[in-house]
Amino acid sequence: MPTSIAPSGADGAPASSRPSEAARAAETPGSAGGPAVRVQGLVKRYGGRDVVAGLDLVADAGAVTAVLGPNGAGKTTTVECCEGLRSPDGGTVRVLGLDPVADARVLRPRVGVMLQDGGMPTGARAGEVLHHVASMYAAPRDLGELGERLGVDAFARTTVRRLSGGQRQRLALAAAVVGRPEVVFLDEPSAGMDPQSRHAVWELVRELRDEGAAVVLTTHLMDEAEDLADRVHVVDHGRVIASGSVPELLSPDAQDDRTLRFDAVPGLDLADLAVALDAATPGAPGAWGATEPQPGSYVVTGPAGPRALAALTAWLADRDVLASRLTVGRRTLEDVFLDLTGRHLR
Amino acid sequence: MTSTTSSTTMPAARTPGTAAPAWRRVLAQTGFETRAVLRNGEQLLVTIVLPVMVLLGLTRTSVVEIDTGDLARIDFVTPGVLALACVSTAFTSQAIATAFDRRNGVLRLLATTPLGRGGLLAGKLLGVLAVEAVQIVVIGAVALALGWQPAAGGILAAVGVGLLGTACFTALALLLAGTLRAEGVLALANLVLVLLVVGGGLLVPPEQLPGPLEHLATFLPSGALGEAMRGALLGTGVPALALAVLAAWTALLAWAAARFFRWQ
Repeated sequence: MPTSIAPSGADGAPASSRPSEAARAAETPGSAGGPAVRVQGLVKRYGGRDVVAGLDLVADAGAVTAVLGPNGAGKTTTVECCEGLRSPDGGTVRVLGLDPVADARVLRPRVGVMLQDGGMPTGARAGEVLHHVASMYAAPRDLGELGERLGVDAFARTTVRRLSGGQRQRLALAAAVVGRPEVVFLDEPSAGMDPQSRHAVWELVRELRDEGAAVVLTTHLMDEAEDLADRVHVVDHGRVIASGSVPELLSPDAQDDRTLRFDAVPGLDLADLAVALDAATPGAPGAWGATEPQPGSYVVTGPAGPRALAALTAWLADRDVLASRLTVGRRTLEDVFLDLTGRHLR
Repeated sequence: MTSTTSSTTMPAARTPGTAAPAWRRVLAQTGFETRAVLRNGEQLLVTIVLPVMVLLGLTRTSVVEIDTGDLARIDFVTPGVLALACVSTAFTSQAIATAFDRRNGVLRLLATTPLGRGGLLAGKLLGVLAVEAVQIVVIGAVALALGWQPAAGGILAAVGVGLLGTACFTALALLLAGTLRAEGVLALANLVLVLLVVGGGLLVPPEQLPGPLEHLATFLPSGALGEAMRGALLGTGVPALALAVLAAWTALLAWAAARFFRWQ
């Protein structure tokens, strides 16, 4: 597990350079070295069912933490407990060292929230909404700059009701960060966005991290987690089932593993293929695994060097099989995710 | 509001989120709520156009039979129209707005900003009062033009009655908005307004209502508000019973709203 980056930031500014407001001076545990967010043994039940069942996670300042999981895994409920919107049925939640429910008044100015359903009043214009949220803070971000970089300017005079899904998401993100929060919770921030918008959102998230904020985002998008996150918590059935940086999750003991994918006639003898590949890569007996996730579509994982590739094509040639597609790639986060959470639909 | 957009060049980590003063947050929310009502065509219809039309209808026509005793019809009708205006804003308009804000997650989002739930509630109440001020100016101007002569000595009492009525009906609005589906609230809030206007003692005094409705309306918050408002502005004094009924409803509804309101 990588050690946390000090919340004082890379520029070495001491935490005490923050405004010495009475409330803040008394409440600095979050900036004194512990993680910005610490969840331990969180339990949340709805109607007798454990939606979150003993979940642990941490998020550091100056880092992006992704909570990755399939729909219904408990991601949103977990962040809502962190935001003070729900009270846990068990376990503890600490944000900047404080209790999100009991210390809500102190935390609200320091925590930015983007809800999954947006939470934007539908009758008001986008620009007015952003201005209104900004007026809750003593020193908000420059609205012109923020509006420009997230493209809110372009639809500032449109009522929220008439915005597209992606536009609403960008407005909600702008509202989440306008108060210069130390901790930002983003619930599926790039859902419904076009590639350009996603790029703008990701840039902003990286910048928030570089400024020293703790960014916690939920997502079920692999590339989002893979590109953005310093740490990923894979959540399923209300628990964290794997944690670490992306390289760590891509199985540290098999860093050399690569994946060969090919399409051909269905029903090839995979055990025989594994034997042939094992023979071509001496020194790693039994290292090869082959699956046929869908008929005619094959995934072969192992120490896939040039010899293995040659052995694969020779094995196919011996059977007079032409691969219609053949790619060599690293194991992706998606492979890990599907291995961990299963491939069945839910 | 220019101060809220002031730019600083310091990175966010060194100027972490600091809340604006509480009065400014509540004032901002009040302005936001007030503009939302005054900009919405349907809300304007219920809060401004409807009471003015009722005022004109009851004074310029005799569609509805009201025994005004030896009082001028405009003097007798205007207090009831002001009571109706109070109910339309504090109850109907507020219930619908809050129900849809709740469904759309607006209440949850604002609760995570420095405004918080308390500030949101304060902003809503002040927003209701601001809309009511606009209503009083418009309805008062029309009534004065029609020859209304309110009892000068009762104006302060009328303001007090209006504030109590506002508290009572805002509590009812929040109770509905915080427990029912938005579409249900939309239908119910309009239906209840119509029922209270027709048989709730707002415009027509309870004792002039037919049969059992008389006794029912006397103990409804609408009847109590109408009677108290008429007593104050006709100069006959606010009836103690009406005040007691209104206060009791306010206490009950405020307790119920606080107890049963669900934010999501």
